[in-house]
Amino acid sequence: MKPLSAPASPKTATRPPAAPAPDGGPIDKDPAAERPTSGERLASLVQRQGVLAVLVLVVVVSSFVYPSFATVDNARGVTVQAAFPAVVALGMTLVIITGGIDLSVGSVFALGGVLAAWASQWGLLPALLLPLAVCGAIGALNGLLIARAGMAPFIVTLASLLAARGLLLAITDEGATTYLVPKESAFADLGQGSVWGFGYPILIALVLFGLGGLVLQRTSFGQTLFAVGGSADAATLMGLPVARAKVLVYLFSGLLAGLAGAINAARLSSGVTIIGVGMELDAISAVVIGGTLLIGGAGSVSGTLWGVLLLAVIQNLINQIGSLNSSYQSVVSGGFLIVVVVAQRYLARSRRTT
Amino acid sequence: MAPPEAAAPATAGPEPATAPAVLEARGVSKRFPGVVALDDVSFTLRAGETHALVGENGAGKSTLIKVLTGVHRPDSGELLLAGRQMHFARPFEAQQAGISTIYQEVNLVPLMSVARNIFLGREPTSRLGLIDFARMHREAAGLLAGFGVRVDPRRPLHTLGVGTQQMVALARAVSVEARVVVMDEPTSSLEPREVETLFRVIGDLRRQNIAVLYVSHRMDELYRICDRVTVLRDGRHIHTGDLADIDRMQLVSMMLGREVTEVRRHGVTAFGDEGHDVARTPVLTATGLTRRHQLDAVGLELHAGEVLGLGGLLGSGRSETAKALAGALALDAGEITVAGRPMRRTTSARAIRAGISLLPEDRKAEGIVPGLSVRENIVLAAMPRLSRAGIVSRRRQDRIVDIFMKRLRIKASSPEQQVGELSGGNQQKVLLARWLCLEPKVLLLDEPTRGIDVGAKAEVQALIDELAQEGLAVLLISSDIEELVEGSDRIVVLRGGAVAGELTGDQVGESTLLQVLADHAPPAAADAADAVPGPGTEAAPHIPAGAPAGKEDPR
Amino acid sequence: MTTQATVAPGRALSRLPGPAWFQEYGVYAAVAALLVFNAAFTEHFLTVDNLRTQLVQVAPVVIVALGMALVIGTEGVDLSVGSTMALAAALLPLYLGYGLVPALLVAVLAGAVVGAVNGTLVSVVGLQPIVATLALFVGGRGLALVVADGQLKQIANPDLLALGTGSFLGIPLVVLIAGALALAVAFLVHRTTFGRQVVAIGGNRPAAALAGLPVKRVLTGVYVLCGVFAALAGVLATARLTASDPSSLGNLMELSAITAVVVGGTPLSGGSVRVLGTVAGALLMQLLRATLVKHDLPDSTAQMAQAAIILAAVYVARERRSR
Repeated sequence: MKPLSAPASPKTATRPPAAPAPDGGPIDKDPAAERPTSGERLASLVQRQGVLAVLVLVVVVSSFVYPSFATVDNARGVTVQAAFPAVVALGMTLVIITGGIDLSVGSVFALGGVLAAWASQWGLLPALLLPLAVCGAIGALNGLLIARAGMAPFIVTLASLLAARGLLLAITDEGATTYLVPKESAFADLGQGSVWGFGYPILIALVLFGLGGLVLQRTSFGQTLFAVGGSADAATLMGLPVARAKVLVYLFSGLLAGLAGAINAARLSSGVTIIGVGMELDAISAVVIGGTLLIGGAGSVSGTLWGVLLLAVIQNLINQIGSLNSSYQSVVSGGFLIVVVVAQRYLARSRRTT
Repeated sequence: MAPPEAAAPATAGPEPATAPAVLEARGVSKRFPGVVALDDVSFTLRAGETHALVGENGAGKSTLIKVLTGVHRPDSGELLLAGRQMHFARPFEAQQAGISTIYQEVNLVPLMSVARNIFLGREPTSRLGLIDFARMHREAAGLLAGFGVRVDPRRPLHTLGVGTQQMVALARAVSVEARVVVMDEPTSSLEPREVETLFRVIGDLRRQNIAVLYVSHRMDELYRICDRVTVLRDGRHIHTGDLADIDRMQLVSMMLGREVTEVRRHGVTAFGDEGHDVARTPVLTATGLTRRHQLDAVGLELHAGEVLGLGGLLGSGRSETAKALAGALALDAGEITVAGRPMRRTTSARAIRAGISLLPEDRKAEGIVPGLSVRENIVLAAMPRLSRAGIVSRRRQDRIVDIFMKRLRIKASSPEQQVGELSGGNQQKVLLARWLCLEPKVLLLDEPTRGIDVGAKAEVQALIDELAQEGLAVLLISSDIEELVEGSDRIVVLRGGAVAGELTGDQVGESTLLQVLADHAPPAAADAADAVPGPGTEAAPHIPAGAPAGKEDPR
Repeated sequence: MTTQATVAPGRALSRLPGPAWFQEYGVYAAVAALLVFNAAFTEHFLTVDNLRTQLVQVAPVVIVALGMALVIGTEGVDLSVGSTMALAAALLPLYLGYGLVPALLVAVLAGAVVGAVNGTLVSVVGLQPIVATLALFVGGRGLALVVADGQLKQIANPDLLALGTGSFLGIPLVVLIAGALALAVAFLVHRTTFGRQVVAIGGNRPAAALAGLPVKRVLTGVYVLCGVFAALAGVLATARLTASDPSSLGNLMELSAITAVVVGGTPLSGGSVRVLGTVAGALLMQLLRATLVKHDLPDSTAQMAQAAIILAAVYVARERRSR
């Protein structure tokens, strides 16, 4: 036992802290905390509108350089071409905003086309409902395996890429049969008809993008998607239905890919079996180039639309130049991807407040 | 004001209270693989009170909070909200029932705007069912203005300071129809001005008869705003009562599980009696270690052959200091010198090369590689030295492993057993062996005996003693106050990320340590005076709750 | 009666068949079962010719999967392997004029560069592996097509053709190379500092960093190795096809390689690399496909079966992790 007075001995060496600084000395000051800096504003502007600026720039410059580019016919061709990847990319946007990825859309797109062409012999409604039902089921299965069983999105959707392709081959005698859409049918009209010079596919894509934007920005469900991608833990703790949101985005992605495939079949008058290979990569590229964070939590459907158009215009230009190999397209996409993804990473890092 | 009422044992049935119980836990237990996180815990939260929940690491506070907020389901026991039994399957249901929570780490979505974060999941909608952003922004701005925060609610959350983010979390928690607000260390990242705002908000909540469960390690705050306190330790309920009835010394004693009486300097632990031969010149010197919100100009010296204890309550910056010394935590400022040579841009690899080894606090997350064998876990850091041209030499490895398995008495079926299958004590010994086989000059031990059985604990303690005798400089961090006092030649006490005092020679004793731990602001001048307590084994009378507590701690 | 072997002292080798058992030994059991089934019910299956064909076909997958196993061991994934194969295949004919060795070196160097880009994005920039390797997954094949001008090129170089068709002691060279690489990777993983560091980093990255391991260097190295292996596989596949076909070579290879690794019992969560399991995983998928084809089941069925097996393997591994 030691008497407690011991500490009073002259050896006492209680040292005061070096600097009291209770009211936040230099370490706690963050004067920029409440107001965005100009750099921050610029970063956010580039993130949101960068792709649109690039798109406008590319269109304006190439209109001067290639007279054949700035024609109504060419514009119509580019937009119709872009309508289908755009619808697929719309679904992909929702998936990526939740922090996931859907690699199955290319196969599902092809499967939707084949199913629609096959069912079109019974009329418009079956031709739309059958692909939607099957592709929606594939999407929902993806979602359930990812959200409920906790499996990695890329591996689940890679597997369903394979499965959907397998299903497609199974119903086409291993790709030997190509179902044709009856001429002059209402279904064929859906892909080929137009109002005021705009093909139905373009109008459908625009309507879907409008709806998608509304859902994403103006509904509680849309907000939940951002929250799930931004921080799934926080979203759970805030009591948001995280698992349901995940299942739904994969369902939507499957539905949209199937619908795009169906309308594409109507436009081509047949269920082409070898279509859609690598489409998932184009869709992801467009989404990311459009400013959606590949890690989730931020993005917009309008950006995706501009991203799809930008890629379509570049493809068109490569074709215009003629001497260029069409595979420059994916080189450009890949280049864009690296730049955008690395830039996003550094923006995110500079943003971190703690 | 809280009803002045004697502390009732929480295990008793419904207690007579002037204010009705709004939330009650009865005999709640929760087990995780290998740990009993909560063991038959009961406590009551009354309407309109601010109730402190305190305890050291592993006491079960966060588990209890998670049970109350629906994150975990209890294994047994029941929850009653306003007298009705509740079963929360997920956080959403707890929130629906009126229990909202502010977490220590801001649990909001950084990329979304302030207003969206506040209203996530219950956005105001227009007649068309679409979100009415104008109204949302207006309401958000109004809510925040009530907290003295003026920010554009359209700004993304991540562009705000952490303190402001915490205020947004508070706004979210309060804006739901909450009956209970749980606050888990809400002030850990707040500026003093923001703390005042928070306290004002808590005052408002009290007037609205909303109960607040307040978790904090800052004595000043507890005594300033809380009516009652519940102490947990090792997953068990220790005490519930009016805060005015117990002083700081008693409270800290309960948290640490120590009586407020001096114990023998040497006896219970396995540390040797004699002090160590301490070298004159320090082998490691650190000055002005500073990291925003975590460390504030921490300085210390370590000499060869001594065990320097690093004391402090949870959140005082002990682990951060150790990590900074080991190059595993980036510093905003500060200098570290090893054997006279300054270390620049420290990384773990450089610190290890300089002879500093850190046994991290979290054995599972930062220590063992569970899928690898005992042998491989031991040689992990020393692998390059035990290899020739990049090819592993089993013979050299086996020799080292054999030496250390014998010396530390590691109980494994063979060196090839997976380390994940060992007991906690043996895992810890494996980690010690990993560092010892590097022959370090400085050994930083962060909670080396936590969660390991008594036998292994004694062995580890004896080993620490032995190592110091062999001339190693040891830094010992321990929440076990007995271990700290008996094992250390000298103790530096941290509080709020800064050095609050140092005990040398005969001062190294439990009661002096408790005094410094429990002490309050103002830190600079008073520390020197207060660390020299008056006589008597009972705690010196401290300023009772409710009295003006002066300034906040620096952190 | 079987006794409960749950608390067996020491290493519980005799666990009851559960998810853990399946992850550990399921792949060997499945390979054995398929062989037995085919021996009994498939004509001309257990013939030297057929087995030789199967092995030659599986060799490139094995080589890519070995690199992938290393990457997955660090809790990563490399989606760009198929594109890397195509790139190597496209570069090969351009330099064959200088002889086989320079052309081979160029192809392998291209793989190393792809791997270095991936590895840097993962370890230095800190991107998620999927995100980091996506760019070259998208762009790599395009680059290959640009290099090859989008054309399929016949290979006439006798040395390269010999690599694809030749054999030594009756065993095809391609198979020998794959086997040698498997042994080399097994040695790398089990006996070298680098290999053990790979496993430790995958098992517990914070712990490895605190122990002073060169985390960034090891991660980059792993992706470089994966790229080199993919390039080698591209060269061998080209040699066997007797043509450089960058537009289709290596399509869905990332899937086959990941499947082989996962079915072989290496968890996607990192921390272990099962080399033999990976080889067996690749063999299993090959035998499965061959069995289905021999029994006149169409390719579509094989694809769907493959998808089901991948999902089952990942699901089992997930069970194991949450143990």
